[in-house]
Amino acid sequence: MSAAELITPHAAGIAGEQAAVAHRCLYYMSLMREVEDRIERKLYRQGKIIGGVYVGRGQEAIPVGTSLLAEPDDVLLPSHRDMAVFFVRGVPPARVLAQYMGRVGGLTRGRDGNMHMGDMKLRIVSIISAMAACVPVAAGAALALKYQGSRGVAFCYFGDGATSRGDWHEGLNLASVLKLPVVFICNNNQYAYSTPLSKQMACRDVAARGPGYGIPAEIVDGNDVLAVYEAGRRAVAHARAGEGPYLLECKTFRMTGHSAHDAADYVPKDLWDHWSKLDPITRLETRMIQNGWTTQAECEAARARILREVDEAVAWAENSPYPDPATLLDDVYER
Amino acid sequence: MPTTYLEAIREGLWEEMERDPNVFLIGEDIGVYGGAFKVTAGFLEKFGERRVVDTPISESAIVGASIGAGLMGLRPVAEMQFSDFITCGFDQIVNFAAKCRYRWNAAVPIVVRAPSGGGIHGGPFHSQNPEMWFVRTPGLKVVAPATAYDAKGLIKSAIRDNDPVLFFEHKGLYRRIKEDLPAEDYTVPLGKAKIVRQGSSLSIITYGAMVWVALDAAEQLAAEGIDCEVLDLRTLAPLDRDAVCETARKTSKVLLLHEDTQTGGLAGELAATLTERVWEYLDGPIVRVTAPDTPVPFSPPLEEAFLPNAEKVVAKARWLHRY
Repeated sequence: MSAAELITPHAAGIAGEQAAVAHRCLYYMSLMREVEDRIERKLYRQGKIIGGVYVGRGQEAIPVGTSLLAEPDDVLLPSHRDMAVFFVRGVPPARVLAQYMGRVGGLTRGRDGNMHMGDMKLRIVSIISAMAACVPVAAGAALALKYQGSRGVAFCYFGDGATSRGDWHEGLNLASVLKLPVVFICNNNQYAYSTPLSKQMACRDVAARGPGYGIPAEIVDGNDVLAVYEAGRRAVAHARAGEGPYLLECKTFRMTGHSAHDAADYVPKDLWDHWSKLDPITRLETRMIQNGWTTQAECEAARARILREVDEAVAWAENSPYPDPATLLDDVYER
Repeated sequence: MPTTYLEAIREGLWEEMERDPNVFLIGEDIGVYGGAFKVTAGFLEKFGERRVVDTPISESAIVGASIGAGLMGLRPVAEMQFSDFITCGFDQIVNFAAKCRYRWNAAVPIVVRAPSGGGIHGGPFHSQNPEMWFVRTPGLKVVAPATAYDAKGLIKSAIRDNDPVLFFEHKGLYRRIKEDLPAEDYTVPLGKAKIVRQGSSLSIITYGAMVWVALDAAEQLAAEGIDCEVLDLRTLAPLDRDAVCETARKTSKVLLLHEDTQTGGLAGELAATLTERVWEYLDGPIVRVTAPDTPVPFSPPLEEAFLPNAEKVVAKARWLHRY
């Protein structure tokens, strides 16, 4: 199976369901964009954000298009550019903002920052900073789902850079050998910090690595949320049916530096120009208007609602206290 | 009939798997083959493939998958074939498992079993004592039993514990020591040291296989009128500092003994603790008997020179006693 054969045809035929899905996608993508813009372009510059900021601008279609497919039993392991997973799973934006501000209201109560957060009640596993460390952990979560007799699936997110780490390969191999229900979701944004894909791997597609582990793989336009949703549905159905893991490579581009302090001068200008025309939110809005699923006025009203929602979330987060230093020693072990 | 150290671990695992359906085993060659040391022989036949999971050679994935399953409420017991290979799963242990509770309040109730220690001519990659890499990582518990009774009681406590536990079982003890064990279910609490020999002249504080070296040395020293107390730490993290200080207050002289190499070994931390907490009770310098700072050598004369033994302990104890 060559990588070329794996390319997904453009999204087609979710029929009547498409409009409803599109509306949900638009909301969560826009919410993620606004929360991240607020963090990176306003709060960070105002000195209100603690530590680093890594955003998923331009990549929102990937966490949104896939996590909307998750059922309550499923386990999600979002990476650092997948904020929308938290919103889709029901985490209020206010708590995410408090997390970025190092406040008690954040998911880690100030113990960790930015996207390093999770909540097993919502079945979201927190990443650690080492890329791909979550991949074997996803296999283990899937093993538990199977062990417990659940039909649940683990959604494992990572970037192109993570696929160079040994954990990625060990995790995919183990998941395939044990035929575990994992959907591996690669947001291939073509840069790992300053390292372009060509210096990350000598093959063209991450998806090409799947068949080497006996894992079916496909490539999808990661800036087309409905295409991601459709491909994700195939992937999830495969895993849920007990057929083992599935690898989905979502081609996208990081419309930002690695982090808020990185101007990304190493990215050629023509790449910015090319990908700026493929913004997933603009594309979805245009398509929805063309299909008569929404209007320009409705889009603007929806955007105003999101701005208000984020305003209120920021206010809540800023009112959340910093953690008490007296709690420093708590929770290293179970009390 | 006396039970060996190896059989004690095996019984502990077996009984916990019978008691709790969430307990399962994962590792290399543990199922069909029964494990490199046969600790899990017969488990596959009894508990089936669902609960005895043979894996590829992927230590990081074994630990990572254990973490994922542990987060989901299962109680995985992972086996490192030799503790030397635990380095391949290092990041998963020290960065993932150790920090989940502190960071995001998530329990990782996993046990990583790791056959460790020298004296079997295993060479640099089948003989190490890697416990200190983990003892100094907050969030991990580290256990190193010396007796069959403790091995069984501690593996049970480790499995029932809601934090990640590294269980260093000494290969040299597997079939060498045995004792009669209670027929009924029992556990040994984590974090509690035990006086294994009462004495008044000086204290030998140690753990693992070196407990037997200390007892051997104590017998020899007793003939000379030097009455040694031997404290078996049993758990290295959390460390039973109270017990360490108590024996030091009692005898006023302390010899620290471990098979691990010297620099960064547990003896340094114990010495600092004693200095901070019971300095005024001490009648002599705190002394160490440890392996030197070299890799574990292969050839028998080199390995014998490397490992602490009763002779080295006796010599150091005599010096300390005279001080």
